[in-house]
Amino acid sequence: MMHTLTPTADPATDVDDVARLLTPDGERIADHDLDPWVDDIDAEALRGLYRDMTLVRRIDTEGIALQRQGQLGLWAPCRGQEATQVGTARAFRADDFVFPSYREIGVNFVRGAVASDFVLAWRGEAHSTFNPYDINTATPQIIIGAQVLHAVGYAMGITLDGTDQVAAAYFGDGATSQGDVNEAMVFASSFRAPVVFLCTNNQWAISEPVTVQAKFPIAGRAPGFGIPSLRVDGNDVLACLAAMRWATDHARRGNGPAFIEAVTYRMGPHTTSDDPTRYRDKDEVERWRRRDPLARVEALLRGQSEFSEEFERDVAAEADRWGADVRSACLSARTKEPIEVFDHVYDEPHVGLESQRAQFAAYLEGFTSAELSTGSDAAVGGTTR
Amino acid sequence: MTQLTMAKSINEGLRRAMADDPKVLVMGEDIGKLGGVFRVTDGLLDQFGAQRVIDTPLAEAGIMGTAVGLAFRGFRPVVEIQFDGFVYPAFDQIVCQVAKLHYRTRGNVKMPITIRIPWAGGVGAAEHHSESPEAYFVHTSGLRVVAVSNPQDAYVMLRQAIASNDPVVYFEPKRLYHQKGEVDLDVDLADAPPMGLARIAREGTDVTLLTYGAQVSTAMDAAIAAEDDGVSIEVIDLRSISPVDYRTVAASVRKTGRVVVTHEAAREAGVGAELVASVTEQCFDYLEAPPVRVTGHDIPYPPAKLEKHHLPDLDRILDAVDRVLDRPNSLTGVEV
Repeated sequence: MMHTLTPTADPATDVDDVARLLTPDGERIADHDLDPWVDDIDAEALRGLYRDMTLVRRIDTEGIALQRQGQLGLWAPCRGQEATQVGTARAFRADDFVFPSYREIGVNFVRGAVASDFVLAWRGEAHSTFNPYDINTATPQIIIGAQVLHAVGYAMGITLDGTDQVAAAYFGDGATSQGDVNEAMVFASSFRAPVVFLCTNNQWAISEPVTVQAKFPIAGRAPGFGIPSLRVDGNDVLACLAAMRWATDHARRGNGPAFIEAVTYRMGPHTTSDDPTRYRDKDEVERWRRRDPLARVEALLRGQSEFSEEFERDVAAEADRWGADVRSACLSARTKEPIEVFDHVYDEPHVGLESQRAQFAAYLEGFTSAELSTGSDAAVGGTTR
Repeated sequence: MTQLTMAKSINEGLRRAMADDPKVLVMGEDIGKLGGVFRVTDGLLDQFGAQRVIDTPLAEAGIMGTAVGLAFRGFRPVVEIQFDGFVYPAFDQIVCQVAKLHYRTRGNVKMPITIRIPWAGGVGAAEHHSESPEAYFVHTSGLRVVAVSNPQDAYVMLRQAIASNDPVVYFEPKRLYHQKGEVDLDVDLADAPPMGLARIAREGTDVTLLTYGAQVSTAMDAAIAAEDDGVSIEVIDLRSISPVDYRTVAASVRKTGRVVVTHEAAREAGVGAELVASVTEQCFDYLEAPPVRVTGHDIPYPPAKLEKHHLPDLDRILDAVDRVLDRPNSLTGVEV
């Protein structure tokens, strides 16, 4: 059967053509497909999601502040995307394996990252912090789209091992233009890999609007690879949770990959080095501010008289503790010794590198430790120890 | 001991590695029913099944990226890139992921991936089927790079590459695939020379000739021809080009005082450039003449009918030997 899809004008930007359970005003609406996946989510569970999102926002805010104060080299804010990250990540089992990109602060939080994990890489102390096997989450990927193939390969390994785990890949709208992401969908489909794709369509790839990447809804691409997909309101934590529960269930049952496009918005800059006022207008940002993912959960809970002052106070206190812990982890970071730049290049001794290490060690012998620490300060501008 | 072609010895290496370790997988284009375009994976599908002998979609980045994911989960993928000139779509995954993940994760995530690349020219092939891209990988820290020159090394070094916890780029010269040699498949791998060690293929006293891969045969021919002329050439088969076994190389150069390097790859910033620089740094006081490189020209690989003018042959090597011995040669009296 020939089936022709005819795209209409810029459907990629129709941000209301999405599955949704919670309106921007906080009204719980029905969705035949999504409702069954969240029928266990009562007020208590909803407060849990609100708490997670609040803590993530607090960590994000602290990260920006630390960067502005010269304590971090860079920060990639996730403000506005908390529902996408927390909602979807809450659908995984602990033994599922997640491959995030660099902006998935909320995903790493849900997976079990600790305070130092959020800052040490951006401070330039290490390329990674947590051991991926401790929280079944890969080191956040910086190369756009590369990790999507890793998730598919990992999922092929799950099939080989015969377990019922699922692998997950997080990537943005910009990444969907990469060959790696398209190849990942081919491999996932061909090998019926238990992998879920989560595309965070936050409307912007640095300065490029999503319409540069896609003239058709991104979720619409997956069926062309033989992969079922959903397009959800990425600022609706309930819809995100429901969608990912559907996707992981699909993959876990041996039905192969599933794809979710979460339509959301990057409220902040691409990173702290970016200036979004050069390429997008205030009105657009303001429109999205009215779709805030936290505010709508709060409105729903308040409407049900389930948002007490005590709860609000407890969450605020917990958020402040996270902020303080993140700050403390950042300020107390120990920079490694110069000779440690050679560590872990190889797993087994490499004579060429061992020789270079020995030469550099001999060179370092000529310095006092005070001279060395002054010299190594150049790594992160303004940092002092 | 048994007589095997290099293709068959690699095949046996894969078979035995897969039999010994259920985590070893092979993946690539046409490697299943067809047995690979060079039949190197012949019979593996029947023996180990489609889950471990994976015919992949035609996407080299996809092959490499999924191999990374499999390694994340504890597998030891052996990836076949169908031809040397097809590796470039996988380059990003190799350089940014395969080579760096161990460093990035401070040793928590191992990348025991073997990347097999049918390699180099001299087989009358179409464009993109005769290339020598090894310098790109040698320049990339985090990778080990080896090039085999005979069926015995092909077998042993493949087993060692697969057993290594580091990623290894394994170059197998296409023009040697059907050349036979004595192979001991029951060699004790623990006792065999590690793949990082060079091999003195022929002892000599006047000139050290450094090379690797199929060019070892040409170098041996040159050494035999030079002997008739009263020149004693020591041929070193480097085997590993990252790291290079400079202990063996330097010992030879200190003995001979003269160095010629030959490879098929282009000269500019090639492996020969690094060899000459390092030998000069380490052995300057022993050198009797400037080292000379005999390489492919700095051109895209030429059409098949012209490749013999590109590949460094016996006569070009002997001409370089004359240069380092300060004997009359093609450049005598020529401004270069």
